[in-house]
Amino acid sequence: MAEEELPVIARFEVRRRSYLALDGTLQRPLPSFASDTGLLLSLYRGMVLTRAFDLKAVSLQRTGRLGTYATSLGQEAVSVGVASAMREEDVVLPSYRDNGTLLWRGMKMEEILLFWGGDERGNRSSGPAHDFPYCIPVGSQAPHAAGVAYAFKFKKQPRVAVCLFGDGATSKGDVWEAMNFAGVHKLPVVFVANNNQWAISVPLRLQTASETLAQKAIAAGFPGEQVDGNDVIAVRAAAGEAIAAARSGEGPRLIEAVTYRLSDHTTADDAARYRPPEEVQARWKEEPIARLRSYLVSHKAWGKSDEEQLAAECQERVEAAVERYLAAEPRAPETMFDHLYAELPRVYAGQRQQLSGASDA
Amino acid sequence: MPEVTLVEAINLALARAMGEDPNVVVLGEDVGVNGGVFRATVGLQQRFGPERVIDTPLAELLISGLCVGMAAQGLRPVGEIQFMGFLYPCIDQLVNHASRLRNRTQGRLSCPMVLRTPHGGGIRAPEHHSESTEAMLAHIPGLRVVMPSSPERAYGLLLAAIRDPDPVVFLEPTRIYRAVKSQVEDSGEASPLDVAFVLREGRDITLISWGAMVRETLATADELAADGVGAEVIDLATLKPYDEETVLASVTKTGRCIIVHEAARTGGFGAEIAALIAERGLTSLLAPVVRVTGYDTVMPLPRLEQHYIPSVGRIVAAARKVCQFG
Repeated sequence: MAEEELPVIARFEVRRRSYLALDGTLQRPLPSFASDTGLLLSLYRGMVLTRAFDLKAVSLQRTGRLGTYATSLGQEAVSVGVASAMREEDVVLPSYRDNGTLLWRGMKMEEILLFWGGDERGNRSSGPAHDFPYCIPVGSQAPHAAGVAYAFKFKKQPRVAVCLFGDGATSKGDVWEAMNFAGVHKLPVVFVANNNQWAISVPLRLQTASETLAQKAIAAGFPGEQVDGNDVIAVRAAAGEAIAAARSGEGPRLIEAVTYRLSDHTTADDAARYRPPEEVQARWKEEPIARLRSYLVSHKAWGKSDEEQLAAECQERVEAAVERYLAAEPRAPETMFDHLYAELPRVYAGQRQQLSGASDA
Repeated sequence: MPEVTLVEAINLALARAMGEDPNVVVLGEDVGVNGGVFRATVGLQQRFGPERVIDTPLAELLISGLCVGMAAQGLRPVGEIQFMGFLYPCIDQLVNHASRLRNRTQGRLSCPMVLRTPHGGGIRAPEHHSESTEAMLAHIPGLRVVMPSSPERAYGLLLAAIRDPDPVVFLEPTRIYRAVKSQVEDSGEASPLDVAFVLREGRDITLISWGAMVRETLATADELAADGVGAEVIDLATLKPYDEETVLASVTKTGRCIIVHEAARTGGFGAEIAALIAERGLTSLLAPVVRVTGYDTVMPLPRLEQHYIPSVGRIVAAARKVCQFG
């Protein structure tokens, strides 16, 4: 039988959402929440604070006062846009780059620094106690998100799990297995793929031949949407709709937020080894903070003195957090046994004792 | 009291745990309508519904990862991996997440989950169905690794594992799933974790084993008794964290020790016990500590597996040699 005689049994489409052009002008009418200037300003402030914090963290690392750190430079709209659409009772399952998400959720800057400074106490977090900590093994938190969402559905709680990961993670079975299960059970979970184009040195074209990452949801039986990840209004709108749909029982969604990693992968990386600086330079035109600022300025909602005041305020908050971080009491060595189990098995008492001797030495 | 097989005891414990705690859920491949490939979960879905007995997609990593997420949200998931050879995709979840979620959040989140899987050979199963890689799991800090050796112990230890606030890998000795029956009262009473059980007392030699190998080890003790040698038999039961004191107390008494396990010798859990005795029991020893184990080969397909799994003959021969020493 000739191919043209075969019936088409399914067709799929993937849509892309964006509102703000590079210069902050509108490509299409904004969603209704964007009429709330206060909300847009809070998104702006959240992104600026995230960038100020990231920059400071890098400088702490460069001066030997912090361990390896992954900045979210250029991707602040993804972190902040998604977090701002969540409720306190929802659960976030972040990757290691979602600093802005965790800040928005209430984790303190000194806690983030404490974690990357090599101390588990940072993960105690002042954010919601049910949020997951940074996940470093790529994509491995996606099955947790499905499990968390299953628990919500099982307990009939109107809550949503929000799982963030990068483009590299979409190559892993973990993410597929989680999405597949979430689709089967119509779970209240939103997957967010932060497509920053680079998984350390591996560009997206070597990661997948898929035209979009959003379409990976289609195989799992739920909608996927691509958004301009440098347009915080678009990210917020997509996340808001997806979270609301998940909360009302419509099942999971995948959001592919297309952005660009303007920084090295981490402070331990040198991106000049694998991508030309001109490429990075060109991408600075797309970054999310200037774009929203242009929009706000053109609508007389923001001005030079606001900007100066915000910069000073962020600087002050970050510096104060750094001081608290640097002043953290050292941990007694034997506390590495604390929280290993709910109750330390007797057989390890001797090892713990050995360490408490070490703290006296 | 009814006489039940080990796999029936597992089923009794699961039903008991689900009956007493509405947060206990069972998940895995074929665990629902089919009742599990070994029938360990038979009848549970009919009784507790498909929300609590979940037929998952065919994805082992997913099963273990779901357990972590569910447990962090207050459920008590009991995942089933059909055979130990299919457990390996779960290692990432066990090492990087389940075992350390409590520690890395400093107690903010915890992971009360159980991952059950059949362990060991001897049932003439296909390739990858007869693994005994418990030492790999016992090396993971923050985890519990538990293996019963009889129906009553399976019942009590599984209840304890499900009630435990931390993650437990529960290894079920496939070879004796149905080979033995014993009286098990469905009393809801758990057996203690982290405790080794002295199954038989003796003054002359200590025989340490776990899981299915306990049967051959007890048979060895019978043969030695005929020689006039009193063997003390210890069922380790919990491999992580294991009961060092019971091991040392026994070896201090007998001065001789044989460790029996089905797993390959090098880096096996027997090596850990031998090292413990070398560090803390050396002066009691009257003879070298000897391991009777599987060989350092890949687990052979069924035509050769009886040569791989330690036999009563191999254990008895080793014990006689140890008893003649010095």
